Amino acid sequence: MKKKSFLAVALFLSLSLVLVLGACGNGSKSGSGASSSSSSDSKQLSGKITIGGSTALQPLASQAAKQFMDKNPGVQIDVQGGGSGTGLSEVSAGNFDIGMSDVFAESKSNIDAKALKDYKVAVVGMTAAVNPEAGVKNLSKADLQKVFTGKVKNWKEVGGNDVKVQLVNRPDGSGTRATFDQFALDGKTPAEGITQDSTNTVRQIIAEQPGAIGYMALSYFSDKSVVKLSIDGIKATEENVASGKFPVWAYEHMYTKGEPSPLVKAFIDYMMSPEVQNGVVKGAGYLSTNKMQVQRDATGKTTNK
Amino acid sequence: MGINKTVTRRSFENKPESSLLKDKGLIKRFTDRNSEGRGKLYIYSSAILMIAAVVSITLFLTLQGLRSFTVDHLNIWDFLTGSEWYPDRAENPSYGAWPFVFGSISVTLLAALITTPVAIGCAIFMTEVAKKWGQRILQPVIEILVGIPSVVYGLIGLSVIVPFMRHHFGGTGLSLLSGSIVVGIMILPTVTSIAADSIRAVPDSLREASYAIGATQWQTIWRVVIPAAGSSLITAIVLGMSRAFGEALAVQMVIGNARHVPHSIFDPAATLTTIITLSMGNSTTGSVLNDALWSLGLILLVISYIFIVIIRFLSGRRNAR
Repeated sequence: MKKKSFLAVALFLSLSLVLVLGACGNGSKSGSGASSSSSSDSKQLSGKITIGGSTALQPLASQAAKQFMDKNPGVQIDVQGGGSGTGLSEVSAGNFDIGMSDVFAESKSNIDAKALKDYKVAVVGMTAAVNPEAGVKNLSKADLQKVFTGKVKNWKEVGGNDVKVQLVNRPDGSGTRATFDQFALDGKTPAEGITQDSTNTVRQIIAEQPGAIGYMALSYFSDKSVVKLSIDGIKATEENVASGKFPVWAYEHMYTKGEPSPLVKAFIDYMMSPEVQNGVVKGAGYLSTNKMQVQRDATGKTTNK
Repeated sequence: MGINKTVTRRSFENKPESSLLKDKGLIKRFTDRNSEGRGKLYIYSSAILMIAAVVSITLFLTLQGLRSFTVDHLNIWDFLTGSEWYPDRAENPSYGAWPFVFGSISVTLLAALITTPVAIGCAIFMTEVAKKWGQRILQPVIEILVGIPSVVYGLIGLSVIVPFMRHHFGGTGLSLLSGSIVVGIMILPTVTSIAADSIRAVPDSLREASYAIGATQWQTIWRVVIPAAGSSLITAIVLGMSRAFGEALAVQMVIGNARHVPHSIFDPAATLTTIITLSMGNSTTGSVLNDALWSLGLILLVISYIFIVIIRFLSGRRNAR
């Protein structure tokens, strides 16, 4: 009898705990202290900024944050990874002060893009990476699409050596995949192949595997282990990306929920300043947005500036 | 012991007041009177916390996992049996989880197939053949194997097993078999140590009887010890399989993560865990992809519950015997 009643109490307690935990999970934790910093004196900034999201943008943001903190000792900036999706979700929920993303918020259907303010802090160019044994350095866009959609199975069909094509994709929803699919494959869905997340792993596989093709940011083509593919005879260089001749590039975004607090604004201004744009951004292998002669909107339409 | 400790610490923190209390024996009287209750409270609340954690994880995962069917209106049958996983396809995205379910199950079974003979051989070696020094050498080896982080297994797999496979069997080397080998090595210590325990539990009288009627050592092991340890050996294998099923990181690095049902064991494949770790960070909370990934998590949970039921059933049968 006594045992039974105890069991009932235990069950009731655990259930109530579940409810409490569930309620906590719904993310009412907002504003991690950035607003507390809003002192009128702009010289003495202090407070805490939480940044998170895209792992591609993370090293750049960390470096800029470090320099910003050296200049403003009262400021603490916390840069996390988590992926573009996490960045957008968390900044919309108010858990991040700045959400980093490789893709436009508009491309994620369940994110209210109007509530977010977009700062394009850098541009990243990317192209296909091919194993040297395939014997191709240039492909027309149509041939590239045939390779990626699985219509071409051997490199000799597009003027290369007699080596089998082996695709290396990126996971669903990754910014690199979205950009490559949209601007290199014109929205076609790539055929099934190996899928890897990290750019370094992708490069290693392409370098070792005869006939492998994948895609990655231009800054990762640092050695001769993989071939940097030209598309339609246009070399994938920073100049061609900046002039708009080479189509496969994307913005790196920093999103804030509504207007940023003065502290967050100060950091974003610093990100956009020539010091960062010509220093850290360049050093990390990105292009400065100021150098771009073309611009692009969320639907992917490219226009001259 | 415990009571004395509390008292001394309190008196240290708050000297004048507590020394007064100590003189009058107030604290001692208080702690004595309530220690029984507090001890009980502590122990019961730990137990309740653990139960609550399991219940809440299950509930949370179930609620999140069912969202893709209740909120996003995916067909549950298509989800389980469909073999096309194209969540980001512009027109008509499809969510078919069958390749991952198949991948998870085949990696698990293959890993068990690779591990079991080696693990049981090791277990027999350290319990029957070389009781003293076999134990002394193998025990630390097993502990080291357990202690190696899974990412290290993945790295070794990627830089040793994958090139080996590529040179000898063609293809990319990133394959179902590579994944199974890496996981097989990972679960080897688990299976070995549990198998060794179950062989040790076989009463010596059986062995002595076997030797007495003239059986050799190998005959004794093969005909008497292994059948006697029978179902606990199977428990060891199932425990190893349940660990193999949940492994994500190392598998992801070597299996290739291709989202189709593989044609052979040399083809790349994907598992439930690898697809979750690959895509979760890129999906936004509440999107269909995110909900579908939670549903994959729910499938994982359900299958791991099935493993637990099997283990309990096996050990129940053993106890009944």
